[in-house]
Parts: sequence; C-alpha cells; structure tokens
Amino acid sequence: MAEPLLTVRNLRVEFPTRKGTLVAVDDISLSIAPGEVLGVVGESGAGKSMTGAAIIGLIEPPGRVASGEILLDGRRIDNLSYDEMRKIRGKEIGAIFQDPLTSLNPLYRVSRQLVETIMTHLDLTVKQARARALDLLKEVGIPAAEERLDHYPHQFSGGMRQRVVIALALCAEPRLIIADEPTTALDVSIQAQIITLLKRLCSEHQTAIMLVTHDMGVIAETADRVAVMYAGRIAEIGPVQDVIKRARHPYTEGLMGAIPTIGGRHELLTQIDGSMPRLTAIPEGCAFHPRCPQAHFKCHTVRPDLIGDASHSASCWLMERQASGSVGADAGQEGGR
Amino acid sequence: MGPVSRMQDNFARFFDGDIWHSFRTSPVTVVATVLAVVMIVAAIIAPLITPQDPFDPASLDLMDAFTGPVWGADGVWRFPLGTDDQGRDLYSAILYGSRISIGVGFASVLLSIVIGVTLGLIAGYVGGTTDAVIMRIADVQISFPALLVALLLNGVLRALLPGSSQETLALVVIIFSIGMSIWPQFARTVRGSTMVEKSKEYVQAARVIGLSSRAIMFRHVLPNVMGPVLVIGTINLAIAVLLEATLSFLGVGVPPTEPSLGTLIRIGQDFLFSGEWWIVIFPGIFLALLVLSVNLLGDWLRDALNPKLR
Amino acid sequence: MTDALLKVDNLVRHFDVSPPWLNRVIERRPKSVVKAVDGIGFEIGRGETFSLVGESGCGKSTVARLVVGLYNPTAGTLEFDGIDISSGAARARNRGAQRRMQMIFQDPYASLNPRWRVTDIVAEPIRFNKLVSGDAAIRVRVGELLEQVGLSAADGEKYPHEFSGGQRQRVSIARALAGSPEFLVCDEPTSALDVSVQAQILNLMKKLQRELGLTYLFISHDLAVVYHVSTKVGVMYLGRLVEWGETEVIFNAPRHPYTRMLLDAIPDLDMSGRARTPVAGEVPSPIDPPSGCAFHPRCPLATDRCRSEAPKPVSVGAAMVACHAVEENRLPEWHG
Repeated sequence: MAEPLLTVRNLRVEFPTRKGTLVAVDDISLSIAPGEVLGVVGESGAGKSMTGAAIIGLIEPPGRVASGEILLDGRRIDNLSYDEMRKIRGKEIGAIFQDPLTSLNPLYRVSRQLVETIMTHLDLTVKQARARALDLLKEVGIPAAEERLDHYPHQFSGGMRQRVVIALALCAEPRLIIADEPTTALDVSIQAQIITLLKRLCSEHQTAIMLVTHDMGVIAETADRVAVMYAGRIAEIGPVQDVIKRARHPYTEGLMGAIPTIGGRHELLTQIDGSMPRLTAIPEGCAFHPRCPQAHFKCHTVRPDLIGDASHSASCWLMERQASGSVGADAGQEGGR
Repeated sequence: MGPVSRMQDNFARFFDGDIWHSFRTSPVTVVATVLAVVMIVAAIIAPLITPQDPFDPASLDLMDAFTGPVWGADGVWRFPLGTDDQGRDLYSAILYGSRISIGVGFASVLLSIVIGVTLGLIAGYVGGTTDAVIMRIADVQISFPALLVALLLNGVLRALLPGSSQETLALVVIIFSIGMSIWPQFARTVRGSTMVEKSKEYVQAARVIGLSSRAIMFRHVLPNVMGPVLVIGTINLAIAVLLEATLSFLGVGVPPTEPSLGTLIRIGQDFLFSGEWWIVIFPGIFLALLVLSVNLLGDWLRDALNPKLR
Repeated sequence: MTDALLKVDNLVRHFDVSPPWLNRVIERRPKSVVKAVDGIGFEIGRGETFSLVGESGCGKSTVARLVVGLYNPTAGTLEFDGIDISSGAARARNRGAQRRMQMIFQDPYASLNPRWRVTDIVAEPIRFNKLVSGDAAIRVRVGELLEQVGLSAADGEKYPHEFSGGQRQRVSIARALAGSPEFLVCDEPTSALDVSVQAQILNLMKKLQRELGLTYLFISHDLAVVYHVSTKVGVMYLGRLVEWGETEVIFNAPRHPYTRMLLDAIPDLDMSGRARTPVAGEVPSPIDPPSGCAFHPRCPLATDRCRSEAPKPVSVGAAMVACHAVEENRLPEWHG
C-alpha cells in the first residue's frame, strides 16, 4: 500500500461538562491511503462522527481534541488555527454530511454556491468557475445539468441534493473526503446510486474517503478497510472482507449476527443484550465486557489495546490467547498499517 | 414508592438539574430573585411588620402630614420613610399598597393564563374554523395597546355596574381588564406549541388508545406546553403590576381609600415640586425594583428553559 | 383465506394540499390532491405478520394510520374481525374493536410523553379501558408488562429520558400490550434504532407474537427486516400495492420490476460480487403521478401500454402482481 494520506495517532476528544470530562473519542489510531475507502462503523454514540469532525476540525466547543495527532500528508493539522484550517477544509479535505438540506444554503442558487466554493480554493475566473461547476454536476450524474445549475436546493429531490453536496465537496479536488452517513437519509434505491458514485470518484481521482456510517451493508459494498467503533474506541480494524467474514471482536461478531439478511432466515436474530454505555458511564476494563458473552476476569479490569497483525486487529483479550504461541501479542499501535 | 419519596425524588432531580445550575451561576438572577421574594413576602406579611394600618382612617392623624424621612430634619422613627398629605406612614403605605399591586398582578396574570392557555390549546388542537375564530379575536385584542383595553373595559364595566357596588368591585374590574388585555400572548404561544406537540407520536398513541380530545389536550399536551407559559407569565406579572400602577395613577384603578403603589405615586406627584419628594420617590423606587427583579427573573427563565441557548 | 382478522378493500386516502382559498382565487392555482393511498386491498390472517414495504412517500405509513383510525379513509372499507371500522362513526360504535388494536411508532423519543412516568404511560390503556381496578393492582399489572418486554418493574418510576432508544421502544411495546390487543400495527418500529438494538426489538416482537398469538401489520422500508419478520409481504409504490403474497415467494421469485429493483438495491453483506443492476430515477411526486402504471418512467420493461393503462392485479402462483409485463409474459428470468 502507498504512503498514507491521512494518519491519526492516539486521538482523544473530550467534552468537559460540569459533572466531569466526557471522553467521546479515546485513543484512536488509523490511516487512509490515497484511493482507499476506510469505513468507520458503529452504533450511535460510538464516537464515529466525532472522529470525522476532529479530522476536519469541526468539533463544537466546549469539545476539544485533548491529545493525539492528525497528519495529512505528513503535516500536522490538528493544531492549526481556525483560518489555516479553513483553507485546508474544502481544498484538501471535503465533507459530506447526512442531511443534504443543511449542507446547502436554501437561499442561494446551486450555481452560486458551487462557484463561490470553487473560487475560494482555485484561482479561476467566474466564467471558468461556472464551467467547472457544470462539469462537476455532470460528473456526479445530475441529468440536464445546464438547466439545473441555476436551480435552488429545494428544487432538487433528496438523492439529487446529495449529489449536489458531493459536487460541492469535490470543488477543489480534495484528496480526502469525510463522508458522514451520506446515504442514511436516502431510500434504498437512491442509496445504491450514491454508493456507486462515491466508489467511482474514489477510483478515478485517487481520492481517499473516510466513510462514517452505522450501516454494515453500505460498508460492505463500498469500503476497502473498516474500523468498528465501540464506546469511543476502535474495537476492530481490518480489511472489510476479513472483518465481516472472520470477525475477531465479539462485538463485531454480534453486530454481524444482528443484521437480518435475505436468504438465511432464522427464527431469531443473534442479539447482543443491553446497549452501548453512555459516555457518562463507560465501564472499566473493556467497555464491551458487560455485554460480552465471552468476558473473563481480565476484561473487567484491564482495557485491551488493539492486538493482532498489521492488517487486521481487535482490541480484545481473546486475541491475546489466540496470538500467544504464534507471533506474540504485539499490539501494533497503529491499527491498519 | 410513596408520594413523599416521589416528592423527594423530584426535589433531588431539580437540584441536580441544569436549571438549578444555571440559576446558581447567574448572580444577577439570584439577586433579583432574593429581592422579588423579599418584596412579595413583605407585602404578604405587611400587617405584621408595619406600625400603622394606612387603610384605616382612624389611625391617621393629619397633624403627622408631610413628615420627612427619618434622616431628614423633622424625621421621626415612627415614620421611617416619612408621611404623605393625610399623615399616612409611607413605609406602611408602600407595603400595603404593594399588597394590592402584587395581588392584582398575580390575579390578572392567573386569569389571563386560564383564558389564554385554554383558548390556545383548543385553537391549536382542534384547528380549522375554531382556530381561525379564536385567533382572529386574539389578533383584534392584541392590536389594541393593553392600556387602552384596560381603560376601555374599566370605563364600560364601571358604567354598567350600579354605583354602590363600584367600590367593592373596583378590584375585580381592574383584574378583569388587565387579564383581558394580556391573554392573547398566552393563547398565541400555547397554540403554537400545541400544534407542534399534536403532531408528535405520543399524542397519536393516546388517540389510538381511544382517549377523548379533551383528555389528550389537558392531560398530555398541556404539561408539555407550560414551559413558555411560565416565562411569559413571569414577564407579564411585571407588566400587570405596571399596568395596575398606571391605571391607578390615571385614577381609574383601585379606590384612593386603599391606595396601591400607583395611587401613592399619583398622590405624591402633586408634592414633588413643593419639597415633599419622598411621597413620590419611595413608592416609585419600590415599584421600579419590583418590576425590574421580576423581569430579570423572567428573562433568565426564558433562557434557562430554552434548550437552544443552553 | 377464511380466518382473516383484518380485511382491507379498495382503501383510498387523499390529502388536500391545495393552497389556501384566497391564493387559489387570486393566483388561479388549481386544487391539488395527494393520492397517498390509492385503492389498495389485502387481508391479514390471525397470527400472521403482514408487512408493507416501499420507499418513502409510497403511502405505507398512511395505511397504518388508516387501519388504527388516526385518519379516516376517503373511500374503501376496513373490516376488523368482521366488524366494520371504515369510518369514525363506525369506530365509535365499536369501541371494543378499537381496544383490540394498538400501534407502535417509529420514533422512540417522540412516542412517549416526556412529562409522564413510565408507570403512568403504560397504565393509561389499562385505566382508560378499565381492565384492572385499584391502583395497587394496576401497578402490579404494569410491572408484569414491563417485565414481559424485558425491563424491570422498578423502571416504572423513571421518566422516558432516562432510557435509551431501545428501552423506550420496549416501553412503547408495553403500552401497546397494556390494552390486551390482538392486533398490533408497527410503523417502522426499529428504523430509528441501532442494529444490535433492532435485533433485540425484533426478537422481542417475535417472542410476544408466539406467546400472545398477536397479529402484526408491519411497516418498514428495510427489506431484510421485512423478510425476517413477515409471513406475507406487500410492496407499495405511489399509493398502490404492486405485488403481494407469501414472503418466500416475493423474495425468491419476485415478479414486479419494482420489487426486483428494490431487492437488487440492497447492499450485499456476503460480497458475492454479484453484478448490481444500476437503478435509475427516483420516486415521482404523488401529487402528479405518472399516467398508466406509476412505475413506468423507471421501468426497464415499460411499453406504450404501460404508459397509458394502469395494470390490474393478477394472480400468479401464490402472489398477486400488478404489471403488464407479467400479464403479457415478457418478464425476464430473475437471477435469484
């Protein structure tokens, strides 16, 4: 694999409240190579969106990056000033959010929003920028793009609006796109269209994508590698095929069993009892131990780091048992490398 | 769990909650609250802490008229804030007067809440023509200044009522006219929140159970729309007190034999330039402080109950 | 089928979305009507789970609300266990029928009154229908219900905001069960929940169905969930049923091009690398639906007949399909 475009090391995001500090993201390390799609999957409150927000520098105060590093192409971007970060956002990192309505200004024509964004980041005349905007709309598959360029956001349907948002994210040809639940608000058939589009962009432009979603199906279709998050930490990270078919963390295993599939019909779904702990009450030891069918004594007290080989690892003490004897239980600090 | 432990539970919940926290960390609000509470309590227990009953003509002595405050040349401890033209102790008169002002304020706000909330609930929940009729009435009402409505109603009711009952009914008349002039605010707010709540699934669930519209409105929707009512109620309490003072100042309020703060100010203004400044200044300061502190309390409540600002 | 608990026949519900009268007169804008449900009919047998599936705006939630009486039908009939419940008046005459059906909603955060304790929320149907008398007895019954849905009796003292989404949905189910219903209408009961919690709720619903002999009308946009829970499935498109029948038949041998399209669009967890047919277009507006078969603008098999004439449902094997291509026998093989 090529040099990573994005490297995140030991990222920790905290929210100070008057009842104590909440840790939304705890010691996350991951990396994405150019042209790679890294899926970040987890249930609500797992910290997956917060990880994305930290990378684009959009954590709402009082939340803050408490420690760790974020490197884009070897350059640290987590300690940049607001203005410096603003230049990187859009130019080098594009963002796509769940609700296309909130990402577009309802009062401006799509053309104006695209042209403004293009001209902020690229040295083009209005005419050139408009031509580029048109190309972008064509590229994301909007039919009759010439006509639709001057429409207002509300004149587009949900799926088309999400395409406009993607076009907006592509304006300055960013090398990294953070897509936070880009298909969640859409119908299944539209979802498939957007996934196809993202995959095409990724392969054509060598754009790296961090795809944040709760939907394992979307990950399976789109991502090359996947990080499964639980209670602010990475539970498991590895190539998507491996994680889905040979899950190493009991949580991933349970999650996969909980997804109903067409074909294999069972009377009951595998169920993980309980629910994800609230940030105010993250259990000691492995955060998953109260729900884990295989938890043993160590899990209650000591928090496991990622254990496994360079490509596929899980933060679970069961891995230590499997690993001992063979390669040794080296944690491999940086999951995916 | 019994009712007592439920209550303790609720108290614990409150003192642990965000509202209590936001209260504690806002010194202005704490001062305003203390001030308002002190003034209201003083008004309630006025007979216990005042030397004189200023409403009882027998206790007044014209010889004491125009005594200055205690720190002045002719000041005596018997009349700490001086006396008015009738020889009334101003300190007692202010506390007794604020009893009437605050009482009228509370009563009229309560009346307008009952009217406004009920009509707003019905308009918002039932919708259609009912909504249109109620809200047009409210629109008409709101387009007249509150003072004008109160003056008008006051005049009409006085004309309709027999002379003998005017004195006794004066308070009722003033409460009614102030109440009538501020209910549309409650109706509008409650109607808006009701329409939001009505579309929520818990209301639909209640409809599926088979509950009547009345039960849904008053048991389900009402508790969920009372937050803003509390805020508007507090702010309007200040407005009602002012309105009462204004009406009394204009001479259409409570009878002069039982002077409220407004009446005291009206009486006092005649002597402002003849040197007896204290007759108008002290009731004025009391009124201003009362209205200001209640207003500050209302402002804070509005912010504290608005999740968007937190 | 002989033992139908719910019979729906030619059900229609239109919504008037016209601009206000004054605007219509001054701006000469026409009246406009959304045909949310436009003539659908099906039967649900006792103990069955009938699912309605389709994309947003297809009218599936409107059907759910029509069945429980939150809306009144514009036309058509609804019959519950032989009792007519087609109109508000008919429902009022048969209050007993209303008690026997309950509803579970989508949003666990909006479906519980935030100011009420869970005990009072769950006790409401009991008190209203006077099923149990005496506060102590009611509390005992509420405790039983909470335990039945996997909560503890002590949870009754809490307020909804103290629970997670999944637990709230359990409270919702407990409230629905409190009236001792036979029939539950579930409107996207798990679509606001996380996968692991969804599994818990689906398992719970199956368990309750087995124990209490419940009949479900299940509304969902998620085909995998529908496949998992239902005995019968109806696929809706723009207010109409395009295909309905036994679950296995619909999923293993789908005939309507729309059903096939939906099945094709599901992300594949097995990653077998099957080639996905690219899906074109989006659902048109129900205010101005396409002529003929509403699906024709997106359908790869559309002909002139499809553009002009609405297809009537025909019985094919164990399913009903409304499609000219099926009728004319020009349907390609399903890859299965």
